[in-house]
Amino acid sequence: MPNTSSLPLKNAIEIRDLSFYYGTFKGLKNVNLNIAEHKVTAFIGPSGCGKSTLLRTLNRMYSLYPGQRAEGQINFYGQNILDAKQDLNLLRAQVGMVFQKPTPFPMSIYDNIAFGIRLYENLSRADMDERVEWALSKAAIWNEVKDKLGQSGLSLSGGQQQRLCIARTVAVKPKVILLDEPTSALDPISTAKVEELVSELKKDYTVAIVTHNMQQAARVSDFTAYMYLGELVEFGQTEQIFMKPARQETEDYITGRFG
Amino acid sequence: MNLSIYARRKRVNQIGLTLSMLAMALGLFVLLWILFVLFKNGISAINWAMFTESTPAPGSEGGGLANAIVGSVMMVLVTALVSTPIGIFAGVYLAEYGDESKTAELTRFVTDIMLSAPSIVLGLFVYAILVAQVKHFSGWAGSLALALIAIPVVVRTTENMLRLVPGSLREAAFALGAPRWKVATFVTLRAAKSGVMTGLLLALARISGETAPLLFTALNNQFFSWDMNSPMANLPVVIFQFAMSPYDNWVRLAWGGALLITLTVLVLNILARVFFREKVKA
Repeated sequence: MPNTSSLPLKNAIEIRDLSFYYGTFKGLKNVNLNIAEHKVTAFIGPSGCGKSTLLRTLNRMYSLYPGQRAEGQINFYGQNILDAKQDLNLLRAQVGMVFQKPTPFPMSIYDNIAFGIRLYENLSRADMDERVEWALSKAAIWNEVKDKLGQSGLSLSGGQQQRLCIARTVAVKPKVILLDEPTSALDPISTAKVEELVSELKKDYTVAIVTHNMQQAARVSDFTAYMYLGELVEFGQTEQIFMKPARQETEDYITGRFG
Repeated sequence: MNLSIYARRKRVNQIGLTLSMLAMALGLFVLLWILFVLFKNGISAINWAMFTESTPAPGSEGGGLANAIVGSVMMVLVTALVSTPIGIFAGVYLAEYGDESKTAELTRFVTDIMLSAPSIVLGLFVYAILVAQVKHFSGWAGSLALALIAIPVVVRTTENMLRLVPGSLREAAFALGAPRWKVATFVTLRAAKSGVMTGLLLALARISGETAPLLFTALNNQFFSWDMNSPMANLPVVIFQFAMSPYDNWVRLAWGGALLITLTVLVLNILARVFFREKVKA
């Protein structure tokens, strides 16, 4: 990891006093956190600690479900996205998300990628072809699918499907990419490929990743947030969190004494 | 280890298995019996003339069902054209837009009532609002009555099939910044395509044999006619009238028509199953 700690970091997202409610249940309690631009920030913690909930506030995915609401501020390049006036479609075009289980759309591999691009851009056939190739190459899957772009996305293996989903997210050129346990349904080889990809992606994008796998967090992230029962227990540079955590709870979780 | 418990469980299993096999055999037996009687009585009526000649006048020899077949096909097609868009739009609304809203709950409730409404009531309704007003029976009225039966079936199957689409797929489409109508049309409806097709085919199978709603609406027509604006011959009503007639050739044609309808419905059901199997595979 290049030593950038001396450089002032620009924040893509600044979370201030964020609380989240599932009906009356408080899923997040006063979370404060910065997500630095062109870095990988990992959220770790036991099941139900709120790490996925936190991720799903960043693209307002929760707004699909009545009864879920957030309080506080999430400033995305200075703009509070929790504002009622925020256009959700435009936000989600800039804050992409990849899910736990691969979710290829029921269409060809090509159209899986083109679907998101067509939402916001009017490209000629040639430009579209080029963009699709670019996105698939970015997700390190171009060589595997270049001869079968017309085939259904569902015909790919699980690991390929997940990289297709990453390509689909990259294709619309978002500023931030959210990864919600992207490798939990994959075999170790596919997992390694996706992890390599994450390190590659941070050159151009800001990445936030939720993971159950602490080694994964240690391998891919620059910053790590440890969460427990809806609270942000500790946040810092990944090296520091894993080598000399400031809080006893963090150390217990990381060393496997708990969780 | 207590072997007596194991032995008892095996006995209970044997009894349960035997009972369910008996139930299956009973159902299969009745079905085969119906098919057997239909084939025995109907196969002799199925010949070229049945498809080329119209229903015979009382007392005359020969004749066929051409007018009734064409009438049935036309009315069912018109019904399909009307109820497919309405049913699919309503189903999409229920699954993708309305969800738990009051309007959706009400729509669902009304649809469920319509699903179980006796078809003769729907026929009578169309008779009162259309036939009695324009003072003549017509193919359009027949199609309208059939559509009232088909639409609720299409609405509910469309909704149920859309609900089978995993929420994660919907979220993935929203996560790209897609507006709701694009998510519904390009992603979820597409994912549920074969299930929705299955629902359409089952609705068509259901209406192609309906008699009661046509008695008051399309009535019947002894002559060959393409005109949807006048009374129209159709297989179910012809079967109803011919089967009870004193003429041998009429009765034979009724059996032939019954066999034809049954085979059509059978084919539609098999097609629906094939479609659904494809869905499960995907």
